Amino acid sequence: MAREGLRYQTFSRRALLLAGAQGLALTALGGRLYYLSIIEGDKYKLRADRNRISIRWIVPERGEIFDRLGKTLAVNRQDFRVFLIPEQARDLAGTLARLGRVIKLDERRLSRVQRQIKRQRKFMPVTIAQGLDWKTFAEVNVDMPDLPGVVTDSGLSRFYPHGNEIAHLIGYMASPQEDEMPGSPLFQLPGFKVGRQGLERRYEDSLRGTAGTRRVEVNAVGREIRELPPRQDAVSGNSLHLAIDLDLQQFVMQRLGEEAAGAVVMDVKTGEILTLASTPSFDPNEFTNGISQENWQALLQDPRKPLINKAVAGLYPPGSTFKPIVAMAALEAGVVKPETEHYCNGALPFGDHTFHCWQKRGHGKLDLLGALSKSCDIYFYKVAQELDIDRIADMARRFGVGDVFDIGVDGEKEGLVPDREWKRRTQRDIWHAGETLNVSIGQGALLMTPLQLAVMTARLASGYSVWPSLVRSADGQDAAPNAFLPMDVNPLYMQLARRGMEMVMEVGGTAHDYRRRKSAATQAGKTGTAQVRRITKAERQTGVIDNKELPWAQRDHALFIGYTPTEKPEIAVSILVQHGGGGSSTAAPIGRAIMDKALELRESRAAAEAASKAAAMQATVQEGQD
Amino acid sequence: MGTTRMFGPRRVDKSLVQRLLGLNWGIVFLNILIACVGFAILYSVAGGEWDPWASTQAVRFGGAFVLMLVIAVIDIRYWMAFAYPAWGIGIALLVLVEVMGAVGMGGQRWLDIGFMRIQPSELMKIAVVLALARYFHGRNYSQSRSLRSLVIPLVLIFLPVALVVIQPDLGTGIMIIAGGAAVIFLAGLPSWLFVVCFLGVAAAVPVGWQFLRDYQKDRVLTFLNPESDPLGAGYQITQSKIALGSGGMTGKGFLEGTQSQLNFLPEMKTDFIFTVLAEEFGLVGAVSVLALYGIVLTYGLLIGIGCRNQFGRLLAAGLSISLFLYVFINVAMVMGLMPVVGVPLPMISYGGSAMLTWMIAYGLILSVATHRHVTLAPKGSGLG
Repeated sequence: MAREGLRYQTFSRRALLLAGAQGLALTALGGRLYYLSIIEGDKYKLRADRNRISIRWIVPERGEIFDRLGKTLAVNRQDFRVFLIPEQARDLAGTLARLGRVIKLDERRLSRVQRQIKRQRKFMPVTIAQGLDWKTFAEVNVDMPDLPGVVTDSGLSRFYPHGNEIAHLIGYMASPQEDEMPGSPLFQLPGFKVGRQGLERRYEDSLRGTAGTRRVEVNAVGREIRELPPRQDAVSGNSLHLAIDLDLQQFVMQRLGEEAAGAVVMDVKTGEILTLASTPSFDPNEFTNGISQENWQALLQDPRKPLINKAVAGLYPPGSTFKPIVAMAALEAGVVKPETEHYCNGALPFGDHTFHCWQKRGHGKLDLLGALSKSCDIYFYKVAQELDIDRIADMARRFGVGDVFDIGVDGEKEGLVPDREWKRRTQRDIWHAGETLNVSIGQGALLMTPLQLAVMTARLASGYSVWPSLVRSADGQDAAPNAFLPMDVNPLYMQLARRGMEMVMEVGGTAHDYRRRKSAATQAGKTGTAQVRRITKAERQTGVIDNKELPWAQRDHALFIGYTPTEKPEIAVSILVQHGGGGSSTAAPIGRAIMDKALELRESRAAAEAASKAAAMQATVQEGQD
Repeated sequence: MGTTRMFGPRRVDKSLVQRLLGLNWGIVFLNILIACVGFAILYSVAGGEWDPWASTQAVRFGGAFVLMLVIAVIDIRYWMAFAYPAWGIGIALLVLVEVMGAVGMGGQRWLDIGFMRIQPSELMKIAVVLALARYFHGRNYSQSRSLRSLVIPLVLIFLPVALVVIQPDLGTGIMIIAGGAAVIFLAGLPSWLFVVCFLGVAAAVPVGWQFLRDYQKDRVLTFLNPESDPLGAGYQITQSKIALGSGGMTGKGFLEGTQSQLNFLPEMKTDFIFTVLAEEFGLVGAVSVLALYGIVLTYGLLIGIGCRNQFGRLLAAGLSISLFLYVFINVAMVMGLMPVVGVPLPMISYGGSAMLTWMIAYGLILSVATHRHVTLAPKGSGLG
């Protein structure tokens, strides 16, 4: 029994020991729990919230773009899209194959999707298709249960109802690029687009609006369970009101047709750009959902360069349209007086070179106005022999040649106004007198854009340093009204130049149209034909080859500048038709038509406005009587 | 040594009703309480629904409860007589599972007996304690202290452990060893032996590492640094700690646990159910449940101390320690104090096996309590 007692004692002692150990162990667990939930509790509470609360961005509605009359140039349209979240798709190839039965997925699209899947993190949605019609979208939604990882979404996407006609100034939308990614949280959203070109890019920050946020509770697989207040609504982007007149823009685009051309129409007094046209054009809507490789290549390889905005980014020798500037510079320098006469026999030897007039048989005796209206080259060569290049350059600069106006579209070029300083700087050479002769007829190193031509014309027509503008109101604010200073040029000289341009349109002028109705508004203009190739002596002897017989790329550029009406100028235009042949034959008719159309629109609108004002008055009066 | 002495003046020879009324109802009540905590949490895990888990679990508990009462009223002498056969049956079932696993799908650990699945390895936890208690009951003090007495117990422990580990179920294997070691310790083997063994095991860890399977190695590595792979293997433990920690003092409220209701927690209804409890009821709720376990398990140890026969003492105390290990390993695991070894929280986790083990063990402990005054012959059960 003693032995039993010992056994029992040992047992009891050890059992109590184990009971104590158990107590200790449980206390340790309790302590650990205390540590986790009380001491580190805040940290874990935060992490639990971070688990369950997800911030979702609310995409703001992009500001729309309107023309001067409120016609829509860029709107937002309901768009149906399909995404794939690779992480959630169990069988990627199978899912894509199933989707392919509903949505047309060609090889290229598929390979792009595959590339993107490889590049992105697995939980980031990859865009499969967008711009779907309702029927297809509904079919995808019906199939959803069999398509794990496929997400459908409807959102707003950009649409340009008159895409082709405004592509160059509006630009287009595209997916943000990698380097833009940190810009806004919205950029991370699938299918989010930013302005890639033109005004869409320039006014991106204003148009985009401000993203809103909602806090949602999500479960472990990211499904939304409920929304947690407060919600911060998105603020829509500001709309953009342009100075552009869509009707006129469309008219000009139509007139330019398939030519490689640029044209600008400006309000002479306000500097507002009514039309900024460049042809051939492209459809910016194609870019929104990613342009196909074929179409992109076609645009890139087209020799007429549809992607280039020729109105601001095309550089051309202005040819004879530059002569009014030269005339004013010569008057200012005292080299000529209005009555100064020179004789043109078609050619002028200078140094070891012979300069030719475009009129082979010569113009005979001409004064300054005659030389302008007939665009005689010899007259200007003779003037240029006594005129310093720096005086021409100085006059040109006063008229905006060489300026960048920063109107908001891409690729605006400053052109080139050659002078002694430029020659020394770029070619480490002195200026040769022969070069002045070339510049005097708008050739040589001189390069201008159609926009500069239009500004030059507007300044000459108005006598004020008009500054061009494309946007009437942005950022929700109207642009400040333009107040321009008078030109720092003797008004008499400008009047002479204007008279010369009026005579261009009259009998004997290079842009005279004998069919023109007497009643039509008076117009002034200047034609220009810019040579793009050198005519050799041999060719002169056998006869200069006609433009029509030359390959397209060697034909002359056709130019025209003009304003209307002459008594009280309102509209200024500039036209450039690349390799279009002669200024008077190709560009002048277009210019005349545009000026007529612009005035006609202006008048009909003024009439309509007056009518509606009268009607409103009537209504007010009647109300008063009631 | 006649029968009179064996069945002394306090021999238990009462009617069934008397024996039922004489049960230790404190323990019964505590177990019902723990089971109810389990139902509540399963109700919450299902998003506030009895189906599918809480209801099923309640039915299981009903069955296990009846089984516990049946075991409790059976005379302890029958259990002593049944100790070695139980061990033998356990071994046979383990072999059967192994053979079936080899024939059918791999890695099978259970036998389907129609209304429920039985894991022989679970039953083995009890059978080993039974067999060891039976063995040491027959050894007197000095016999118990001799090293020669270790031979048979080591066979009783390591044969089933070997069968369990090849399943492979390392966790259960370790629990059987620990439970067995507890019985040997309580039986009176010299303390230094345990110190030596402990040091030996510590020294063997680096060697044993190489024999672990990849997924077992992963679990240990993840345990050592759960943040190393927060979306992969460390996800479970990271989310579990977030749930535990975010509960705070009083918890987020019943059915309000975000980690659980939004499915961030892994294995919520089984291994990680304690986390749900702690998230929704906070430190107060979790410590209360731990205390509940502590009370019922200490109660078991005290019943052992209060028992007059060595078999009953070793059985009650050995089973209590085994069950304690069960609870401790699970809770330590979800708190990130131990590698994730896939041990459920008995009575609360969804599933029948662990509950069955627990209720059978408490049936035996109750039987020990009822028959605490019975003196048993050193050899045999005396049932002849």
